[in-house]
Amino acid sequence: MIKNILNLGDAAAYCDFGSEVNETINNNVINYFNQISELTKNEKIEGITNLTPSYNKLIISYDLTVTNFKKIKSIIENLEVKETFKKNNKEIKIPICCTEDFSLDFDRLTRKLKLNKDKILELYLDKEYFCYMTGFIAGMPFLGDTDKNIRCERLETPRVRVPKGSIGITEQFANIYTFESPGGWNIIGNTPKRIFEIKNLNQPALINPGDKVKFYQITKDEYLNWNE
Amino acid sequence: MNKPYFKILRPGINTTIQDKGRYNLYHIGVSVSGAIDQRNYKLANCLVGNNLDEAVIEFAYQGPHLKLKNANINFAITGDIFFKIIRKNSKIEEGECYRNYLLEEGDQLDIISTKKSAYGYLSVSGGLELQKLWKSYSTNTKAKIGPNNGNKYSSDDKIFITNSDVKNFLEKRIDYKALIDNTIRVIKGTNFNYFSKQAIKNFFNKEFLVTNLADRMGIRLKGHKIENIKNTNIKSEGLVKGVIQVPADGNPIIMLSDHGTIGGYPKIANVISADLDAVGQLTPGSNINFKEVSLEEAENIFKAYSEETIKYLNESN
Repeated sequence: MIKNILNLGDAAAYCDFGSEVNETINNNVINYFNQISELTKNEKIEGITNLTPSYNKLIISYDLTVTNFKKIKSIIENLEVKETFKKNNKEIKIPICCTEDFSLDFDRLTRKLKLNKDKILELYLDKEYFCYMTGFIAGMPFLGDTDKNIRCERLETPRVRVPKGSIGITEQFANIYTFESPGGWNIIGNTPKRIFEIKNLNQPALINPGDKVKFYQITKDEYLNWNE
Repeated sequence: MNKPYFKILRPGINTTIQDKGRYNLYHIGVSVSGAIDQRNYKLANCLVGNNLDEAVIEFAYQGPHLKLKNANINFAITGDIFFKIIRKNSKIEEGECYRNYLLEEGDQLDIISTKKSAYGYLSVSGGLELQKLWKSYSTNTKAKIGPNNGNKYSSDDKIFITNSDVKNFLEKRIDYKALIDNTIRVIKGTNFNYFSKQAIKNFFNKEFLVTNLADRMGIRLKGHKIENIKNTNIKSEGLVKGVIQVPADGNPIIMLSDHGTIGGYPKIANVISADLDAVGQLTPGSNINFKEVSLEEAENIFKAYSEETIKYLNESN
């Protein structure tokens, strides 16, 4: 449930679902997201220009020439939210190549976690991940939760350029850099798979909230010869 | 008949196509983009008789040098811009912003630079010949979304122009007065209590320098370190244009049109909607300060801003 609705500036409402991060709270965020998207599409709510679901927040941006915070807040408070979150979302398999040139932060990880590279990879590949949200850059999935033994803080100084396709971990989360971008996550490998495709106009992001993701290792040869 | 186009003789620093922005895609990580200065983008379209949501050419600091091919057009430039029109007979005219001009086949338009601002807009009557992506012409160069495959323009590129009839050229002008005010009005952010009392006092009383790290994604400021007393990270959550985040180093960052849709730094404040155009136009080396207003005040200021925009738009009609 929403604990609090605050204004984020004068053109967005900030719905706070609490400070915890877990699938139940995130499902609740997605239920609100689905329902408000639907109402916006059907023109039942006026003026909403964007919705940003995250682990435990939902931000509703609106056009200040059409509506305002007070109106949006009252609509959200009076919304009867249905269970629309699909339990059986897609299961997606993502190839990952972890040769030295791709796994930029294994030295740091082996030092911090006191585990060798093989063990870290084994623990990483073993789990199936849940997609909490998509964003920061186009199509970047925020996945979780990683094994407790491979959780590590962000880099002290973020990289100015993280290569496209990089797979990073921090805290209990994993992500995929869909484009070259600045970033501070610990990079363990790289995927040749396209995670964001503009040509798929209706569903450009391969991985969406609620999807399950499993990684499997490929060789450098397989990486270089990857064909979709 | 051959299609009319601008041949790019010099691309300028960051020349892209923009419009009102691309909406309803934050949830997959696609930011709004669109013209940094929304009012000047609208005025540019208005001066050439276009619909206000037509695509325009946005440039930053040094603009493009263009040669017109295969048509006569009606164009206008808005912003605080130094530009010249080089007629085919080599006659050079000093350009004036906020009025429209007739440009003939073979003439050149040299947008030399912005003056005390960062961005300017070039509109062409009838618009540009482009494809919309997700209902918008805006370019986001980081995600390679929009016209020109999501890239800024390079030398020898062509920007195609929709054929339009300029036989009845009518001069239009707007008497535009830019607000030169380095006080940026903000509303308290959702993580206001992450910062010490002294930090908040400094935030509202000290000047901040606009650093060289300023682009369409955001502006990094430098000044009195904003001390965080709670946690320098939050669980990543959505951002909007105008959010001011403070990372661990204590230097605020203002989010602009191409910002990442999600961020993990505490938010100290949000720039009010009415001041976003002015913030976008800040240039490196300038000093600014922040003033707190309530939500209600912000809404009233925005109403006044919208009415003023309409007043300008009516002037040229």
